Amino acid sequence: MATSTPTRGTHGSRPGRRDPKAMSPGRQAWRSRLWRFDDKASPYAYIAPFFLIFGAFGLYPLIYTGWIALHRVEMVSLDQMDWVGWENFSKILQDDEFWTAVANTFVIGVISTVPQLLMALGLAHLLNYKLRASTFWRTVILTPYATSVASAALVFALVFRADGGLLNWALDFVGLGDTNWAQGHWSSKIAIAVIVIWRWTGYNTLIYLAAMQAVPSDLYEAASLDGASRWQQFRNVTIPALRPTILFTIVISTIGSMQLFGEPLLLEGGTIGAQGGSEHQYETLSVYLYNYGWKLGHLGPAAAVAWAMLALLLLIAAINWLVGRSVRKTAA
Amino acid sequence: MRITRTVAGRRRRTAVVATTGLTAAALLLTGCSDSGSDSDEASDSNGKITLTLADFGQFGYKEAGLYEKYEKLHPNIQVKATTTADEQVYYPKFLQQLNAGKGLADIQGIEVGRVKELVDTKADAFADLSKVIDANQWVNWKALQASTDEGKVIGAGTDIGPMSLCYRRDLFEQAGLPTDREEVAERVAGGWEDYLKLGEEYKKKAPKDTFYMDSASAMYNGVVSSNEEQYYSKDGKAIYKESAGVKAGWNLAAEAADKKLSAGLAQFQDPWKAALRKGSIATIACPAWMAAQISTYAGDDFKGKWDIARTPGDTAANWGGSFLAVPAGGKHVKEAGEFIKWATAPEQQAAVFKAVGVFPSNKGAYDLPDVKNATLEYFNNAPIGAIYAEEAQSIPAAVLGPKDGVIKDSISTQINNMEQRGTKPDKAWNDAVEAVDKVIG
Repeated sequence: MATSTPTRGTHGSRPGRRDPKAMSPGRQAWRSRLWRFDDKASPYAYIAPFFLIFGAFGLYPLIYTGWIALHRVEMVSLDQMDWVGWENFSKILQDDEFWTAVANTFVIGVISTVPQLLMALGLAHLLNYKLRASTFWRTVILTPYATSVASAALVFALVFRADGGLLNWALDFVGLGDTNWAQGHWSSKIAIAVIVIWRWTGYNTLIYLAAMQAVPSDLYEAASLDGASRWQQFRNVTIPALRPTILFTIVISTIGSMQLFGEPLLLEGGTIGAQGGSEHQYETLSVYLYNYGWKLGHLGPAAAVAWAMLALLLLIAAINWLVGRSVRKTAA
Repeated sequence: MRITRTVAGRRRRTAVVATTGLTAAALLLTGCSDSGSDSDEASDSNGKITLTLADFGQFGYKEAGLYEKYEKLHPNIQVKATTTADEQVYYPKFLQQLNAGKGLADIQGIEVGRVKELVDTKADAFADLSKVIDANQWVNWKALQASTDEGKVIGAGTDIGPMSLCYRRDLFEQAGLPTDREEVAERVAGGWEDYLKLGEEYKKKAPKDTFYMDSASAMYNGVVSSNEEQYYSKDGKAIYKESAGVKAGWNLAAEAADKKLSAGLAQFQDPWKAALRKGSIATIACPAWMAAQISTYAGDDFKGKWDIARTPGDTAANWGGSFLAVPAGGKHVKEAGEFIKWATAPEQQAAVFKAVGVFPSNKGAYDLPDVKNATLEYFNNAPIGAIYAEEAQSIPAAVLGPKDGVIKDSISTQINNMEQRGTKPDKAWNDAVEAVDKVIG
């Protein structure tokens, strides 16, 4: 509170109110130079905090990670860095486990993102109807998003447990045999995809819903006057109007699945979880990075993995951009 | 434009004044806190010292009431302990703090699988305890594990893990095997091969839904730790591919997997705990500290049904155990050293053994009644004090390596694959080699 009183006091003494004639010409020129400088420089000063913070917490770690990737650095002796050039990169590129992780990340990404976005689209369409207690439904659908990764993963780990897990119990009930979910190559990926889908569908639903409500209602009126069914309206009015939003959710989900970490780490947990399963059957790139850096203590290759992940993301972004451009062209 | 400028100018003035005001307020605030009491600081005006201690798993100091006892003996000292449950979480964080030289406690715990790495690379970061404690009091190999070649001692031994065999009397009886601990020890006296033979016998008449052992990797560990040479040679080379102990342990584990004697559970994970609670495990390769794990997870239903026999064969083995160390940069290096000297002295180690069952590494403790005459009610009053103390004297001085812990984990994973997936031993070994080479690389 002490700060507000003097602030108000400054209003009376504006520098601009002074009589310009009272100043000497030299001083006036100096002042106007100052104003010009102020005009040009102050916008940069205003946006500087973002760039300073980004530089300190975004760019610097990024570059430093790249620097580490070119050295041999051990967890036990961080102060000792030996230059090895591209050795760490060639090491991980020649490692079968790395390519397993790339494939796993890609597969889990696809089988979690595709059903997730389709379901979100359908749910958003349903929520877009006039419903009783619509706020309630919208809140309910977002609750999984509000849970932490760790708690969701741990609960699902119990569900998918081989011995006495909820899912196996239910399958047994309808006469289907036991599955050791975490151990199978496909079943473990499906289990992880289910956790991701459960957590993120509601989030995407709300984004779609917001976009749908921005679609002008006269479009629907015109369509129904032309005799279009609900389904035809959805396909020919809603989907085209949502195209940019869909692209946005695809980009976000792709980044998300690239960084998939907590779910695979905690599905089985412990040492096995840290290497993405006993045969790396559900090891994602993030888990591979974690295992290399924090379990094995070799930070050089781990940093190289981080950069490889960045490169993969840029590659995917480029493909996305090309696809998006051709879609826009055909639309136009 | 003129208007904008004026406004901008005014805003800036406002900002300056506001900042001044804030700074003044901040100064006032800090002024306040300076004169106030600061309980977080390491020592206050009365000269009272807060010793911080960071450990993992179960050191048993709190359970044995050691902190309160020490505070009573030293009214000017208060001990504040932080325990991380999982050592695998504790160690990376500890390393980061060591590297940064910040956030360390006055006293830090070190697990035996890590101590060599720290002795090799970080000895400078720790205070020398060789003048504080008398290393000769310890079983000799334990003291050597925390010593550099120049004779600097970075850690004082807390517990050790002499091996034994834990087994279920009731299941053995149902399977037509002897239940008396002497007889069981007799049947496996020829070593771990005998242990597997006993398993085949068990399997013939095994009670429904039970397994002879929990995990072949536990047995593997038992075999490897009875050898002097394990994963590294004395000159620090990784020799796990040629190591006789590793080979013997691996072959036995492969045999156990092939004959399906094992439940194939990864130890300490939830399914393993669940199996103990269900009571489907008949034997466990049992370092001293394992008893506490079994009684915790198996629960009261199986009280008195478990028993402990001598380890198979006549080769004593040690699995696990920890150290307490003092980071050199701490504020209370001297006081921390004194605490460690006291906490690892025979009487205190005996008290911890009584409280949680982790076995003393200080030889002086073995003659104390609390240790010598110790029995475990849960394990049918097995005379654990006598069993372990006798064995502790003949444990070989194992050669440690910097990555022992991670190598053990990598090999265990592949043993698990043989048990659970039926992976062929050759492929599993190749996968293990690939994984271990990445660890060493």
